[in-house]
Amino acid sequence: MSENSHKIKKVNIICAKGNIEDIYAALVLGNGAVMEGIEANLFFTFFGMEGIVKKWMKKPHTAVIGNPAMRMPGLGSRMPTLMGVIPGVEAMVSGMMRREMDKLDVPPIDEFFELYTAGGGKIYACKLAMDMFKIKEDELSEHVSGVLTVGEFYELAGGENSHIIFT
Amino acid sequence: MATKNYAKTNVEVNEEGYFTDPSQWNKEIAKEIAAEEGVELTDQHFEVLELLRQKNDAGEALSIRGINKSGVVDVKTFYQLFPGAPLKKATKIAGIPKPASCV
Repeated sequence: MSENSHKIKKVNIICAKGNIEDIYAALVLGNGAVMEGIEANLFFTFFGMEGIVKKWMKKPHTAVIGNPAMRMPGLGSRMPTLMGVIPGVEAMVSGMMRREMDKLDVPPIDEFFELYTAGGGKIYACKLAMDMFKIKEDELSEHVSGVLTVGEFYELAGGENSHIIFT
Repeated sequence: MATKNYAKTNVEVNEEGYFTDPSQWNKEIAKEIAAEEGVELTDQHFEVLELLRQKNDAGEALSIRGINKSGVVDVKTFYQLFPGAPLKKATKIAGIPKPASCV
């Protein structure tokens, strides 16, 4: 790979959605940054709160309805939207996805947070989303460093070669 | 492809400095690569290097998670032993290919 003279020094990743793929996109980007020696901040807001509230984060789901890229496991054809309304289908598909990721050594959210924070990565929750969903601080994962307003987020994101990524 | 001289031995490395033949590696060589990377090797470093070499020999994909579960070192210590980019640095010092893993 070519050497780049303007290396990224810091990434600030915003996760505003709570599907498996949204939460994991943020996690892989954040953890990948830390592994490269890049400072990383993860900021969870709106439906992204799904990823940091203790009682919700254990089994994240993916959307079966309204997700045209969802293929039938093993068959490869598109999953008919109607199938998604059958109770249990979303849970089953989501469970399959989590198992496939586990096989590739992609850990559950909680363990991923552990690896990420061990490398110096930081996790924050959005003040407004906390108020909106009536979430209390003690309901958040112990890996969350604090609750921020948007202004505080921008302060945190400052610095040379710092980037803000919205997943 | 290039040749580098470590501990009076010529070794084959790729353009990023990773060994192309892990069997050319020894502890003296490791110390010299580590010095280039700004790391001074201790016994604990060598335990990790051995672990990485074993996993590589076994054809296992290297990941931060796998290292955490190995029982040899936890992730926090791993980051402290090889500051900056731990997996990249440690594999270079261990004389094995750069890991292609995203986690």
